Amino acid sequence: MGSRASTLLREEEIEEIKKETGFSHSQITRLYSRFTSLDKGENGTLSREDFQRIPELAINPLGDRIINAFFPEGEDQVNFRGFMRTLAHFRPIEDNEKNKDPIASEPLNSRSNKLLFAFRLYDLDRDDKISRDELLQVLRMMVGVNISDEQLGSIADRTIQEADQNGDNSISFNEFIKVGNFLIFCIFGNMNYYLT
Amino acid sequence: MGWFLLPFDNLLCIVLGISFTVGFSSLLVIVVPAVLGVSIGIRRLYMKSLLKVFEWATVRMERGAKEKNQHLYKPYSNGIIAKELSSLEQEIQELRASGTTLSSEPEFEMADIMYFCRRGVESIVDDEVTKRFSAQELESWNLLTRSNFNARHISLRLSVLWGLGLFIRYSFLLPLRVTLAASGIGLLVVLTTIVGFIPSGWLRTYLSEKIHLMSYRICVRSLTAIITYHNSENKPKNGGICVANHTTPIDVIILANDGCYSMVGQIHGGLIGVVQRAMVKSSPHIWFERSEVKDRHLVAERLSNHVADKTKHPILIFPEGTCINNTSVMMFKKGSFEIGCTVYPVAIKYDPRFGDAFWNSSKFGMVNYLLRMMSSWAIVCSVWYLPPMSREEGEDAVQFANRVKAAIATQGGLVDLLWDGGLKRGKVKNTFKEEQQKLYSKVLVIKCQRSPTHCLGEALDQRIYWIGSLKVISITMNYSDTISIAMNYSETM
Repeated sequence: MGSRASTLLREEEIEEIKKETGFSHSQITRLYSRFTSLDKGENGTLSREDFQRIPELAINPLGDRIINAFFPEGEDQVNFRGFMRTLAHFRPIEDNEKNKDPIASEPLNSRSNKLLFAFRLYDLDRDDKISRDELLQVLRMMVGVNISDEQLGSIADRTIQEADQNGDNSISFNEFIKVGNFLIFCIFGNMNYYLT
Repeated sequence: MGWFLLPFDNLLCIVLGISFTVGFSSLLVIVVPAVLGVSIGIRRLYMKSLLKVFEWATVRMERGAKEKNQHLYKPYSNGIIAKELSSLEQEIQELRASGTTLSSEPEFEMADIMYFCRRGVESIVDDEVTKRFSAQELESWNLLTRSNFNARHISLRLSVLWGLGLFIRYSFLLPLRVTLAASGIGLLVVLTTIVGFIPSGWLRTYLSEKIHLMSYRICVRSLTAIITYHNSENKPKNGGICVANHTTPIDVIILANDGCYSMVGQIHGGLIGVVQRAMVKSSPHIWFERSEVKDRHLVAERLSNHVADKTKHPILIFPEGTCINNTSVMMFKKGSFEIGCTVYPVAIKYDPRFGDAFWNSSKFGMVNYLLRMMSSWAIVCSVWYLPPMSREEGEDAVQFANRVKAAIATQGGLVDLLWDGGLKRGKVKNTFKEEQQKLYSKVLVIKCQRSPTHCLGEALDQRIYWIGSLKVISITMNYSDTISIAMNYSETM
């Protein structure tokens, strides 16, 4: 129930999340309310089933991969911090965000972090390379049964041929940045929030 | 020891005496108008004074929050994020257009995943369906703990007010309401059974109507329901079906307060079963055994027979099949729209400030729910009777159902969704995902040999129009996307 929204999230936690992700105070409380409404087990974490209960996500061909992106390696539960960290990738890039602290790490919604997010959607085994199989898997998820294996295979081969520069028949992160028009990721990787 | 207890005895007597007098007189004041069918106007006065108190409470909370320099939690009714509502086709073309591909043939681009990715994350942050199955959030606080999000900002004065409210609601209003409800139901059962002995004829019908109306009036007062009926000239007539959006089982009482309907439903055991069996003795309601519910032909047959008999009251049906939280109208099941008689749509909209009427059946059982209803301030709602509709030429049951649904949604100020209310408990069908996959594969492979509807599966509505030599086909799918495909005419032929 939403009544727990502002009581269970302490001010210190909100401040920490603000620093880490760049969301504003009201955005964080609003997203916490959303998090608790998805958390049917009421134990402060979300499981994969909680995500799959969202019908619009369940019918998304890449739904499972997107859900996967929220969960850290090998874990089955994600807490609110992890949830916000992943959502932070989709904040619009603010070019005038001057980092006062030069040692501070790059903001989560920077261009390269957005691209890394997209790269990881393909690279399931996290070996920093998109192999032909991994590419085929994602393609198959997106087209379903409507394209034959041969056609899909040739599309995959063509894509790797265009992207691969060092001849290892797979796409590394650097090759990925060059072939994918990275502007697209920045435009499409944004969600505009109503409140500030 | 006796002298010690005497003052307490006296005190107890006095307290009991006062509470009985107060209780009995309020009962009289409420029941007598109910039996006679008149309204004194106490409830509306009550409603107005409550509103003033709520506004005062909200202002105090805002002031309290400002003093502490904190933020007040405010619900946003139009969602958290601004969603792009363009179709898959359009967005992928945009992706391609702003890309640097030299070839004019659309091929796979690695960035294509971003379309699905963004849609997916958007639905995680805010989706149209899951929020319909939990109670609506309020803009201002109505002194009920269950709807309070800003517990930290309550000052002492507010707490006192809240405590007073709690006391009034639980110790005065609740017992009064329970007594009223019990008497209302009791009267219904006893009187309908008695009338059941009278042979069929105008006397029986007349008495039965009066009894039903009287009992429902008492029940309405037991919930302190303040109902405004609009457009009564469109009230459902015999030989028709009345459809309405479903928020709570109380919808039945609210509608039956103003007219006589024949109810449709499954016969239950226990108290509800007793009431059902009594009701059917004096007027023809349609109750099904559990086993009969699955047999769609039987259901349709009984409904058609009932509707064909013009002496019987209109049937009351809730086509959504489940309770939705009154912010939207979900898919109407087509069964009742196949029968082919006049449909009388009714829109019911509750005012959540006085008590949220939505029954969250996964959270609360029936008894718990009724207790919550009877301990809220009031149930305030508006009922609009819409002009009757019939199925048009060339319209099938699903299109007719959607048309009726759109009319109800517009009138009640609710969001019109194509999603199935059954998603409250069940999983979404895989066919929707397959539709999306088909759409995307169409983008990858330019030439589609088969016709558009064949490619895309079940189309609800298809309009074809021409722009020059381009044949544009606009198809409404059975999920909430309307997509347009422009195809070069010469290629398809």
